[in-house]
Amino acid sequence: MNPGLINKKPSMSRNQILTFAAACAGLALLFVFDSTLDSFTLQIFKLCAINIILALSLNLINGFTGLFSLGHAGFMAVGAYTCAILTMSPEQKEVNYVLQPIVPWLAHIQLPFLPGLLIGGLFAGFIGWLLGVISLRLRDDYLAIATLGFSEIIRVLLTNAQTVTNGALGLKGLPRFTTMWWAWGSAIVITVFLVFLIKSSYGRAFKSIRDNEIAAESMGVDVFGMKVLSFTISSFLAGIAGGLLAHYLTTIDPKQFIFLKTFDILLIVVLGGVGSITGSVIAAIAVTISMEALRFLDGPLDLGFVATSGIPGLRMVFFSALLMVVVIYRQQGLMGKAEFSWDALARIGLLPRRGPKPGKGGL
Amino acid sequence: MDALLRTVDVNKYFGGLAAVSAFNIDVQAGEIVGLIGPNGAGKTTSFNLITGVYMPTSGRIQFEGKDIAGMKPHAITRLGMARTFQNIRLFKEMSVLDNILVAEHMRMGTNLFEATLRLPSYMKKERRVHERARALLDEVGLSAHEQASATSLPYGKQRRLEIARALATEPKLLFLDEPAAGMNPQESVELMDFILKIRDQFKLTIVLIEHHMQVVMGVCKRMYVLDYGVTIAQGTPEEIQKNPAVIEAYLGVG
Ligand SMILES: Nc1ncnc2c1ncn2[C@@H]1O[C@H](COP(=O)(O)OP(=O)(O)O)[C@@H](O)[C@H]1O
Ligand SMILES: [Mg+2]
Repeated sequence: MNPGLINKKPSMSRNQILTFAAACAGLALLFVFDSTLDSFTLQIFKLCAINIILALSLNLINGFTGLFSLGHAGFMAVGAYTCAILTMSPEQKEVNYVLQPIVPWLAHIQLPFLPGLLIGGLFAGFIGWLLGVISLRLRDDYLAIATLGFSEIIRVLLTNAQTVTNGALGLKGLPRFTTMWWAWGSAIVITVFLVFLIKSSYGRAFKSIRDNEIAAESMGVDVFGMKVLSFTISSFLAGIAGGLLAHYLTTIDPKQFIFLKTFDILLIVVLGGVGSITGSVIAAIAVTISMEALRFLDGPLDLGFVATSGIPGLRMVFFSALLMVVVIYRQQGLMGKAEFSWDALARIGLLPRRGPKPGKGGL
Repeated sequence: MDALLRTVDVNKYFGGLAAVSAFNIDVQAGEIVGLIGPNGAGKTTSFNLITGVYMPTSGRIQFEGKDIAGMKPHAITRLGMARTFQNIRLFKEMSVLDNILVAEHMRMGTNLFEATLRLPSYMKKERRVHERARALLDEVGLSAHEQASATSLPYGKQRRLEIARALATEPKLLFLDEPAAGMNPQESVELMDFILKIRDQFKLTIVLIEHHMQVVMGVCKRMYVLDYGVTIAQGTPEEIQKNPAVIEAYLGVG
């Protein structure tokens, strides 16, 4: 992830060697996990990757561009349904659409996973662009309401467009395309893309809008255009994550894309640090794993002095409480706006410090 | 010669309040023009009108003969106007260097594709704007603070950073809104020398708002005096100082 990796210099710097080594180690780890983990653990591991994509895409708009959007579940749903419908075989469609048959022009389309996934992302991105052009002219606080309303509209449409989406019945028996490599491959590509985007002149323009919109505009930043751009990219990525999720779960229905799904992602972003890619990645993994580890909370509990016969949703109470504690005592989350770097690791003493050469920030 | 900037009967109402009325100024290339007046006179509002932050209620604004009233601020900046703010508006979570680089974005001429793929063509532009930004920081004496966060700078340096950031947009016309606010007389004098220096170095035309009349007397050959949104006087510093309307309204009698 260190951009230094692509600078061709005669000798590699320490950081480049470290990055290269870390990349190799990560790759080896993926191989080991893929071949040794049992299928249940592997499922959780895949979900980590999907949640990384979701958290990063929400962080782009909320953390780096400073807009408060609550429409992520809607964009995921668009990506999930588009990808699922495009990749299902005609036979599967016949089996699934029992109440009313699917519209003829969709009945015989069957694409491989990659084009299906990309078209799902592009469609979500297009809808994001449309919504952005309309709602990003609103004052910031209205955007949250507009996007929230949008995601509910998507859900209602999905429930009622029987001949396209199969309505409330949802889609079942989707091929399990989302292997460990698809999930983590996508997560890695998207993370690298976002790191480069944020480090680029566009990333600086996004952040300037977040920090001071009037000044950004006066410095020649096309604020509206940049907001639409950021929102469109974010929607596209959410659509990709939706497609991956559909072929991970193999079953989708409109109820999965209620507002709570957006809340789950928001939780990860806030815990990790609004405006930190590193924070989102760490928090996505930590939250996904603890969601599973704390599953026992939803079952029957016996604390000695009080016993319950199982309260579904108690897990979420825990996470909501955690969120409140963070908002009150550590608003910047785990990372604040800081990012991982080898130099930072050296600064806090986890790596030997280098010689007298000061660690000047590169491009 | 035609004026670089001309406003014709510009009015701005906020509800019933006439913040600026019948505002007519001419600015010739190379001038340093002062805009003075007591608090609430409408000085900042007139800057906001010219730079596109506010839309005039009526009237025309021309830059190099082109009507610009109603244009977006970023489009006006692209034409060659830049400004600083009375209440400093830096990008507070960004480094000093990044604050300047934001202003370079507009003239960088890049696209999303080459920027996110870090193509050689982009890296070349990136190096160029870094060089320019560092040169500007050097110019305003902030090189040592390159990586510091913008708001960690002391007040006077934040003001200089704002000026450097405005210069990074390569303006022809620069608006400075009370650049000496909060400075002691010694610092104010230094600032005025600095303003003269950048005017010559960057071939700028400058419009300067000042609350304290003494400060502008030294650098401005010509000034306008506003009071309650109305232009009550204009002329050379000597003329302004003798003008009874100014003495009464602005300096206060007695
Ligand atoms: N956005 C606004 N909405 C309403 N009133 C405003 C606004 N901006 C400025 N004003 C009013 O316009 C008048 C002129 O303000 P301003 O231009 O800031 O004065 P100055 O910069 O000369 O001190 C003041 O009475 C101020 O309260
Ligand atoms: Mg003012």
